[in-house]
Amino acid sequence: MKINEFLQEHLLYLDGGMGTLLQAQGLGPGELPERWNLSRPEVITEIHRAYYDAGSHIVNTNTFGANILKFTPEELDEIIRAAVENAREAIRTSSGSQPKWVALDIGPTGRMLKPYGDFDFEDAVACFAETVKLGVKYGADLIMIETMNDSYETKAALLAAKENSDLPVFVSNAYGEDGKLMTGASPAAMVAMLEGMGADAVGVNCSLGPKALAGVVEEYLAYASVPVILKPNAGLPRVENGRTVYDVPPEEFAADVSELIRRGVRIAGGCCGTTPAYIAALTAASAGIAPVEIVPKNITCVSSYTHAVIFGDAPILIGERINPTGKKRFKEALRAHDMEYILNEGVAQEEKGVHILDVNVGLPEIDEVEMLRSAVCELQAIINLPLQIDTSDPVAMEAALRRYNGKAMINSVSGKQESMDVIFPLAKKYGGLIVALTLDENGIPADAEGRAAIARRILAEAEKYGIAKKDIIFDPLAMTISADNSAAKETMRAVRMIRQELGCHTSLGVSNVSFGLPARDMINSTFFALTLGGGLSAAIMNPYSAEMMKTYHTYCALAGLDENCAGYIAFADTLPQPAAPTAPAAENKASAKSEDFSSALQRTIIKGLRDQAGEAAAQMLENKDALQIVQEEIIPALNTVGEGFEKKTVYLPQLLMSAEAAKAAFEVIKSRTASGKTADKCAFVIATVKGDIHDIGKNIVKLILENYGFAVTDLGRDVPPERVVEEVVRLHAPIAGLSALMTTTVPAMEETIQLLRRDAPWCRIVVGGAVLTKEYADAIGADKYARDAMEAVRYAEEIDRGLQ
Amino acid sequence: MHTVFVRNYPAVPADRKEILRYAGAGDDVSGIAELLERCLAEASGREAGRVCWCEFPIREIGEKLSLGFAETDSAALRKNLRGCGSIIVFAATVGMAFDRLIARYAAISPAKALLFQAIGAERIESLCDAFCRDIAAEKAAEGRTLRPRFSPGYGDLPLQMQRDIFAVLDCPRKIGLSLNGSLLMSPSKSVTAIIGIAGDTPAEE
Repeated sequence: MKINEFLQEHLLYLDGGMGTLLQAQGLGPGELPERWNLSRPEVITEIHRAYYDAGSHIVNTNTFGANILKFTPEELDEIIRAAVENAREAIRTSSGSQPKWVALDIGPTGRMLKPYGDFDFEDAVACFAETVKLGVKYGADLIMIETMNDSYETKAALLAAKENSDLPVFVSNAYGEDGKLMTGASPAAMVAMLEGMGADAVGVNCSLGPKALAGVVEEYLAYASVPVILKPNAGLPRVENGRTVYDVPPEEFAADVSELIRRGVRIAGGCCGTTPAYIAALTAASAGIAPVEIVPKNITCVSSYTHAVIFGDAPILIGERINPTGKKRFKEALRAHDMEYILNEGVAQEEKGVHILDVNVGLPEIDEVEMLRSAVCELQAIINLPLQIDTSDPVAMEAALRRYNGKAMINSVSGKQESMDVIFPLAKKYGGLIVALTLDENGIPADAEGRAAIARRILAEAEKYGIAKKDIIFDPLAMTISADNSAAKETMRAVRMIRQELGCHTSLGVSNVSFGLPARDMINSTFFALTLGGGLSAAIMNPYSAEMMKTYHTYCALAGLDENCAGYIAFADTLPQPAAPTAPAAENKASAKSEDFSSALQRTIIKGLRDQAGEAAAQMLENKDALQIVQEEIIPALNTVGEGFEKKTVYLPQLLMSAEAAKAAFEVIKSRTASGKTADKCAFVIATVKGDIHDIGKNIVKLILENYGFAVTDLGRDVPPERVVEEVVRLHAPIAGLSALMTTTVPAMEETIQLLRRDAPWCRIVVGGAVLTKEYADAIGADKYARDAMEAVRYAEEIDRGLQ
Repeated sequence: MHTVFVRNYPAVPADRKEILRYAGAGDDVSGIAELLERCLAEASGREAGRVCWCEFPIREIGEKLSLGFAETDSAALRKNLRGCGSIIVFAATVGMAFDRLIARYAAISPAKALLFQAIGAERIESLCDAFCRDIAAEKAAEGRTLRPRFSPGYGDLPLQMQRDIFAVLDCPRKIGLSLNGSLLMSPSKSVTAIIGIAGDTPAEE
């Protein structure tokens, strides 16, 4: 019988702990338990058999850490062969009459994935793939991915299982006491991602006892449309009279797990500290419980590495600003691979309160596949929001979906056959909520009925792939009313029709409606209010538009979606207040205070007032030339701070606050001057060397250098020597700065220097970082050791002067 | 049989003076104090302090010292452990939140990144102190005392010992802590260390 068929009607029992039983048999501290499949097969088989005898339908092979990071390919092959054979032998000798299966057990690699560790996502997929292939080769019945405490690594493992086998895959994660994975994911986020990728069952194991996991299990039951797994610990270990005991005994464990089986858990077993006695108690205690039927939850959602965003009554805001269309500064940033600019756009929108970020980085002259992939990776590393991946290039779409840590929004598919043929397979493989445009080979139908008809065809085609209705959200397309008087009316009708007749959610790029008209915000926000009233679920919009945000918060309050109007009140507080008449006394005081400084701008920089520096610069631009401001105001202010730092009257945090204030002033000047260029000194390539992931020091130096007008190219951290050389050669950069924090990465710095000497002999090299000294820097052949950021600036200025 | 124990720790109040010291701030903290408060508010509730540990008897084997899970010839550690009959080896982490905050602000505000770096450093040290206080109290009840904690990388104790510690404590599984190829830990705000226990070992062990 197939497992998935059996599950339809029955509870499925798993096994219990392995590690503690092996220790009791003499497994030493730090010894790899997987080797016992070969050296002590009788012990492993006996444990498996005891679990089958206790009533387990499935036992996990003793392969928790069996992967190519820990074993040679030959030994790994042997271990997995023996592990599956040991479980098979246990089935042959077990007295239990229940159906029995063998699960290939896959645990975490023990390595953290990039960017917070050094293990590449694709390397993780490849590592899991080796184990999966061997499991398939030796005849495992299913794959059990378990104890994963990082959502990204879980994705890598599930992807490897799906790409290398047709076996059922169960996925179980380890939650902390806070109800989240160690890397932050909530149960709803994990369910969204794993179901989207086609896991056959999802759930929780390890970490805690059954009572402590009950909250997490309830969340799984609320969101999952597939069977839910529960495999808790026997509580926590403690020492009693010199013996180790777990604080939840078998009977209590069985009763607690049975209670959660009554709530809907379908697959149950035990983890650390549990023994065959626990499983026997569990099967006995839950024998009479009728399995709770598994029903589709029909929840439309997306997820990030932390949380799920659910489409329901409250409107979802999708920030549209990460998109180069019509934005000169953004295009310039894309061409320069200026990721910092894109990240800033992301963070600023997040702070404005959007729920999802649209990411579009397409420009004809750049490599969109690479750009989209890295934009997604970098955004998801620092921003909590789910992403809407926005590209017309299916290759770029796949590259981004593959690396996305969660369930993404896919923007977009249309009713064109060609579009559905490429997008649906990607959505099926990686999961995702698909934005479907109601247009086809014949264009956009003028009326709502035509758009709804296309929507129906899209749903029918999606069904062929097994993509559920809940995973499609329709964009019935807002067209400008300046071209067609009834355009907005038809779009609103289409929104209502799709919501009411098809039961699907809708999303609109609201601002198109006002194209070609003056004062567009007014039209956009009113149209937004009308469509929300008609059942619109989401809008792609500009969160910097005060009118749009006003409409959003007002709508939520009016529609009863904002308890105690708390959100509305908090938002209203942020609105600019009408200026109160300034008391003359206060004014005098302010001017007296600024007497120490030659201008308000200088004051904001020296005091490190980032929020006010931009404003001060903008005011000054009204009657002073940009270059003059830089030369006469910003640079002298920076010099004051920099000299203070060198004399130790100003310390690092203050230096940085001033540098940030100066940068804010620069950004204003940049955006308001024709050329957009403020760098007037030479190119400077900066990087943290290979193997080193510390970049605070490097970022500080970069910031100060930019302040002083250097054209800094930042290659990031963990940068291979070849990459540094490539960039220095490309720019013919006269200076390169290398940073290393650890003694272990100084050899990588030396290697980079040697390569630079060979291929870019003109380039001066300045080094810095916690482990370096002048002597060390000389020994590895650097031109200059800089103790701090100011010393690096002074050196760079010296080089720059030499070039004039 | 060795048992790895796990304990979760709630966050203790922040030591602002210590954080500013880690950040390299001087005596004049005007301007920074306010930014620090904003950072502390942002980090609040995101710390997840976890410790896992294991106790081993130790003994001399010729030139080497057997720690129960590894052998070492580190003179510095040996000196630290003089008079000890056993050790506790532990790993502690305050979780991923600080790595994310540091990364987020690295691109946006180096001043805040620096402060989060300092807050994280102070947090993990406080966690280790809290753990060591707990263990000291437990051991004091048995008439035993603790030596200062000693980490791989101190003196002549090689960083490579991280691998042995991770193998015996099963850190990824117990507290979500992993070790990368260059022996750095993720989350980065984490500590592994050995604590010597001086005094007679209770008879029943």
